[in-house]
Amino acid sequence: MLASSFLLVAAAAYMGLLFVIATIGDRRAVTGRSLINSSIVYALSLAVYCTSWTFFGSVGRAATRGLDFLPIYLGPTLVFCLGWAFLNRILRVSKAHRITSIADLLASRFGKSGAVAGLVTVIAVIGSVPYIALQLKAVSTSLKVLHDYQGGLGGSGILRDTEIWVACVLALFAILFGTRKIDASERHEGIVAAVAFESIVKLVSFVAVGLFAGVVLFDGFGDIFARASAEPSLAQQFKLGGPLAGIDWITMTFLAMAAIVCLPRQFQVMVVENVDERHLDRALWLFPAYLLAINLFVFPIALAALLTVPKGTDPDTLVLTLPLVAGYSGLALLAFLGGLSAAASMVIVETVALSTMICNDLVVPLLLRCGWLGLGTRPVLLGIRRAAIVIVVLLGFTYVRLVRETYGLVSIGLVSFAAVAQFFPAIVFGLFWRRATRAGVLTGVSLGFVVWAYTLLLPSIGSQGWLPRELLEHGAFGLSALRPSALFGLDGLDPVTHGVFWSMLLNITAIVGVSLFVDQSALERGQAALFVDDWNGLKRDEGRLWRGTAQVADLVQLVGHFLGEARTREAFAEEARRRGRDPALLAADAGTVNLAERLLAGAIGSASARVLVASVAHEEPIGAEEVMRILDETSQAIEYSRRLERQSQALEATTAELRRANERLRELDRLKDDFVSTVSHELRTPLTSIRSFSEILLDNPSLEEGRRQEFLRIVVAESERLTRLINDMLDVAKIQSGSVEWHMESVSVAAVAREAATALGQLFRDKNVALMVDLPEDISTTLADRDRLFQVVVNLLSNAVKFSPKDAGRVTLTVVNEADGVRLSVADNGPGIAPAHRDMIFERFRQVGDMLTAKPEGSGLGLAISRMIIEHFGGRAWVEDAPSGGAVFNVWLPRKRAAASAA
Amino acid sequence: MGASILVADDEPNIVLSLEFLLRQAGFRVRTVSNGEAALAAIAEEPPDLVLLDVMIPGRDGYAVCQEIRANPDWHNVRVVMLTARGGEIQREKGLSLGADDYVTKPFSTRELVERVRRILGAARN
Repeated sequence: MLASSFLLVAAAAYMGLLFVIATIGDRRAVTGRSLINSSIVYALSLAVYCTSWTFFGSVGRAATRGLDFLPIYLGPTLVFCLGWAFLNRILRVSKAHRITSIADLLASRFGKSGAVAGLVTVIAVIGSVPYIALQLKAVSTSLKVLHDYQGGLGGSGILRDTEIWVACVLALFAILFGTRKIDASERHEGIVAAVAFESIVKLVSFVAVGLFAGVVLFDGFGDIFARASAEPSLAQQFKLGGPLAGIDWITMTFLAMAAIVCLPRQFQVMVVENVDERHLDRALWLFPAYLLAINLFVFPIALAALLTVPKGTDPDTLVLTLPLVAGYSGLALLAFLGGLSAAASMVIVETVALSTMICNDLVVPLLLRCGWLGLGTRPVLLGIRRAAIVIVVLLGFTYVRLVRETYGLVSIGLVSFAAVAQFFPAIVFGLFWRRATRAGVLTGVSLGFVVWAYTLLLPSIGSQGWLPRELLEHGAFGLSALRPSALFGLDGLDPVTHGVFWSMLLNITAIVGVSLFVDQSALERGQAALFVDDWNGLKRDEGRLWRGTAQVADLVQLVGHFLGEARTREAFAEEARRRGRDPALLAADAGTVNLAERLLAGAIGSASARVLVASVAHEEPIGAEEVMRILDETSQAIEYSRRLERQSQALEATTAELRRANERLRELDRLKDDFVSTVSHELRTPLTSIRSFSEILLDNPSLEEGRRQEFLRIVVAESERLTRLINDMLDVAKIQSGSVEWHMESVSVAAVAREAATALGQLFRDKNVALMVDLPEDISTTLADRDRLFQVVVNLLSNAVKFSPKDAGRVTLTVVNEADGVRLSVADNGPGIAPAHRDMIFERFRQVGDMLTAKPEGSGLGLAISRMIIEHFGGRAWVEDAPSGGAVFNVWLPRKRAAASAA
Repeated sequence: MGASILVADDEPNIVLSLEFLLRQAGFRVRTVSNGEAALAAIAEEPPDLVLLDVMIPGRDGYAVCQEIRANPDWHNVRVVMLTARGGEIQREKGLSLGADDYVTKPFSTRELVERVRRILGAARN
């Protein structure tokens, strides 16, 4: 037994310690040396999830229903272990939009809707009040247990009204550390520090009781289990419930998964109070580890208590009675402080979170609508929040007083979970499904809430006897289909499973169904895009369609009233810097209006911020049609620019092609100019001689006969040269244009070679050049034009003569069979052709002669014509070194195929 | 004694006709058939005028003309370029390189002799 005065002093001292820690936390935050900027503190603050419900209730439930307490911790563990992307997304998007609460998150996503914010707030408050009551109840109960055990001073006045004192202290704490600053999106470092500390106390005291049970009371945990299983009355603890236990487990796990995100206090510590996104990474395993540690001892404590504590003890107080029965009152006091910590942290965080929601999402919109919210209202806002805290705590207190202990701690907790779980589908759809609409969410959440109230809240209140029993037992209007515990005839389920099933079914169906059939407003569309597609918050300024008129001065003044002049000016100056503009010249455009809204959203929530800014910015409503038109124009512009891009690419390709063609043309033009110039030169040269000598003959009639004859011969020879040239050029032109008539027949290369050698015999004799002919008998035939082939051989032979040294010249004409053709070679012992010139000489007018000797005779077209002829026959013409030092001109012609020769 | 003229061309018949015409007009004539020979002949005894074919083998007419103009000893040597290639560009190139005149083949024999006389006369005055 513990003296009540001692207990009160201990409790007061402990609360005093929390005040100190919170004060230090806030001080450190001001000086920039944050106490909570650590992933460990973050994970510990998340453990606000473990309330007195965990501390006392888990053991209570384990004592009555075995392992049923586990799903409540399985859910969060699953979310943290598997849902990193989901949690991270909530965190990111909330920070980007300066979200202040769960209500604000949903309101902001669904078009900054005041209705959504209000609805969520109402549900959260209604759902949370019993839960807060639960905490107050747990504290007063535990105080009583400590005091009354073994029949103490039954009627101490102070202890009888402990709830009101506890409520007052916690409300004071929440007010002191939760409503210092107006900007609700800023962190409450003192509270978080205190909560983290409390989490440590919770864990330490619970583990201490667990170890005490295992080590002191029993001979190890194995001993506890062994003795419990030997006890027939405890057999049910080891079973997993009835046939429907699986469904209940799934339901509770789901509820817990939803709760870890949707509970106002969880959202507060996880999102709003988060210092650094990276803390989440470590919390992903730290927080589940914390849950595991605290749950490890639930079952042993429960079993140990059942084995030692007298029957009939309230199962929800076993954590305290176990040490008390054994006579360890010090440990019991520690356990009491653990429970107190669990309750206190929950009440404080929850009331702060709810007060923000009540203020921003219920009271401010109301004041705005009534026009009561003047612009000098910073203190008023804080007053509203403080009042909200007091009211919420008082509601909890009232609930404790009104509702008798029908439901166990866990059951009340589950009913609360089921209430906030109604937000879960809206959050998931809101973050991942762009089409989810405000109307859908309003319908779905409302329906879910109504079903929740009817199936879960009503029975919990109704059992107090305030409602007609008829309603509970036979359904509204006497319709059995509307029985709260068996809606639409679905009977036999656990009440929580039943209520969750129907409320979730209607909730989700309505969100999806209504969203599919109701169009989004322009603002909704914009917000949806920001939350679903741009959840990193990269484009939040561009994403908004805004049209209206505003003065920056008005915006600054407006925001200044809430955030303070200096901070506001700084924020706008920062925006100006970001855009690279002079702050004085910052225009009131979508960007600045957004900035004002975002700043205000941090203080009063997005929905209220929107209403306030709109009052200053004179925003013109943008209708859906207009948005469609803008989108249309945008998509047309995009399509147009895409087409332009394609066209410009095509244009570039065409340009490149044209440039290439042009270069080719220019090259051809240059070649043509060269050719014309060369032809001109070749024609003018003989003409020059002809004209000169003709004029000389004309001007000198008395020229002596010898000279006269000489000059006339020159005129004739040059005329012949001119004729030859013209003939050759015509020849080239004809072959090139394809207008030559080719008389293709089977031709004996050897025969043609012999004829040519014979025809040029006189030339060789004149020049005194020896001609050797090597023509075997068995030479294959080829398909060719006989006259043209003859022309080629004559050309090659006359070239050879031309370049052979006079009097010592030796030319060899050879024809040999090759693998699949015939090769004709003309070798001379002239100067030879330099390798560099070997291809060139087959070009038109490319004569290569000894520069010190006179120009060779001929048109300069002979070899070009020869090559064209040979190529027409499908052969090749080339030149190489002769073994004797001169040049060898080769012609290769394909052998005439047997089939062709037979034909 | 008449002025001395060097004829540089690789077409023997054209050289023959020029030699005949210029001798008839009273000039002393030497002939060469490529660029190197032309420069050698000028170095041996600078003529009063060179009739220089643009398309002679070896160093072509333009190169020879440039060489003549680059040598201060030869600044009295007149140069008349002969070409069978028509076109203003060739003409201008020849003149810009310092040729005194530019004659396109085929030419009027009288006119050619007349031009040679005029150039030499102008130089003498």
